[in-house]
Amino acid sequence: MTAADRAPSAPPLPTEPIRMGFGRGLLEAGRRNDRVVALCADLVESTQMHHFRDAFPTRFFEVGVAEQNLVTVASGMAAAGTVPFTSSYAAFSPGRNWEQIKTTAALNDRPVKVVGSHAGLNVGPDGATHQMLEDIALMRVMPNMVVVAPADSVEAEKATIALAADPRPCYLRLARDATPVFTTPEDPFVLGKGRVLRAGSDVTLAGTGTMTWQLLAAAEALASHGIDAEVLHFATIKPFDADLLVSSAARTGFVVSAEEAQIAGGFGGLVAETLSEHRPTRLLRLGVEDRYGESGAPTEVVEHFGLTARRLAARIAEALGVTRADG
Amino acid sequence: MLENARSGHSAGPLGMADLLAVLFGHSLRHRPEQPGWEDRDVFLLSNGHTAPVLYAAMAHTGYFPTDELMTLRRLGSRLQGHPERTALPGLENTSGPLGSGLSQGAGWAQIVRDLDGRPDRVVYVMMGDGELNEGNIWEAAMYAAKYRLGNLIGIVDRNFIQIDGDTEDVMPLGDLAGKWRTFGWHVVDIDGNDIAAIVEAVDECRRVTDQPSVILARTVPGRGVPYMEHDHTWHGRVPTSEQADIAVAALTAEGETR
Repeated sequence: MTAADRAPSAPPLPTEPIRMGFGRGLLEAGRRNDRVVALCADLVESTQMHHFRDAFPTRFFEVGVAEQNLVTVASGMAAAGTVPFTSSYAAFSPGRNWEQIKTTAALNDRPVKVVGSHAGLNVGPDGATHQMLEDIALMRVMPNMVVVAPADSVEAEKATIALAADPRPCYLRLARDATPVFTTPEDPFVLGKGRVLRAGSDVTLAGTGTMTWQLLAAAEALASHGIDAEVLHFATIKPFDADLLVSSAARTGFVVSAEEAQIAGGFGGLVAETLSEHRPTRLLRLGVEDRYGESGAPTEVVEHFGLTARRLAARIAEALGVTRADG
Repeated sequence: MLENARSGHSAGPLGMADLLAVLFGHSLRHRPEQPGWEDRDVFLLSNGHTAPVLYAAMAHTGYFPTDELMTLRRLGSRLQGHPERTALPGLENTSGPLGSGLSQGAGWAQIVRDLDGRPDRVVYVMMGDGELNEGNIWEAAMYAAKYRLGNLIGIVDRNFIQIDGDTEDVMPLGDLAGKWRTFGWHVVDIDGNDIAAIVEAVDECRRVTDQPSVILARTVPGRGVPYMEHDHTWHGRVPTSEQADIAVAALTAEGETR
């Protein structure tokens, strides 16, 4: 069974933080390749690097609270023929060390893997300083950089293994809070490829990261109001699978993008750029709109910003001219 | 080169010329005809704005024809205004934004020592003194000391100038030797325009294997060109045609007597 076969209304799915899949994937990548190394900026357990550290202590390096050093040491390690994974919170890496990533990893063309955990609003109580919302915009404008935002922990595990085998520098966006595990080991994962998780004809719902699940659930709510939504998942934000988006847009004539990030320059920005250039289509971008986050319980904050399935469905229905879709 | 390029940095590269001459001509284990040689020592330029002196050292030791030096900063040239690794074989890093080279050197030194079992491979990192204003440098200094990276040698071009003036006015570095020692480094303080002293300092640092070393090389910015020496306004500008002729004449005359 794959995610596409599984209905959101089926019995409740297990939940797990996306970052836990990264922890397992890194351990597996380390087993497959003894040149995979890991560096962390004083957040080993919360970024799930402890599995790798405990299995391969001589290939793990604790950098301390120093995110600029984190990625630049990694650049040197990559130059010496390793595949370094660096982890911190996304607010700090790439939040604080963007220029070092650009100059010493991307422009320098070294395969440094920047892993930003705790991205998005679902960091919840920590508040705006720790809710990284600008990272998609920051990282996708960087030449040479691959940008990946998995939808759940199972996909994060596969993405990590795939990135370890890829020669390019990359940014892997992870989340803190437990979210439904709806993909399965059988789901394919190919860097640079989007996927159709639900076929439909009335509207295209394009998601990345944690929002893909919310869109799937929203699609089910919309179905009960006679709206047949197609749901696309883009784990890889860069390079972007424009063909998949454009072909779906051509069939439905209406596109909705959703992300736990700033829509300006973010995934919504990417969708807008792609459509306006290749196939101008009506577009509703859902995400954070030019403001900072705030403290609250994770789901409460996501709800407050209108990004839970119930709120998404209502906003989409309204845009489509259908009322009372949030029942 | 700089007169021809019409932009760039003059004083730093001239002051560092003796250091790079010793490294590329004597200390570094390298094969210019085989840039990726796996047994090589590594030289990283952290203060990338001094690229002209690195390019000159590379050309004169055989990495590329010296004629190519005159393409500096031109469209399509392999000699980018600040060093870009992917443009020119033999460059080990891309640099320009200050403060990142020492970290890269630490990571490189650690892998060759700990994973490759090659502590004999030495990683050299050239830094400017103004560059030491960057926090990234001190993050790297702590890191290299923590892991006792004895095969890492930092070299600071201590010329006391940066763009806005004297280093001690812009952001005082104070007791620089004391700072590095406190951070856990072996420190050698030398006249950076004394060839014999440079050779000796590098040899001393190579013998220290249980902690990283740094050479504080006191240099004269604009070295060998009387109208440039010690004048911070020459940090980021280039000579006119007439000034360049005077500079070359002065350097040539000194070279013949040295």
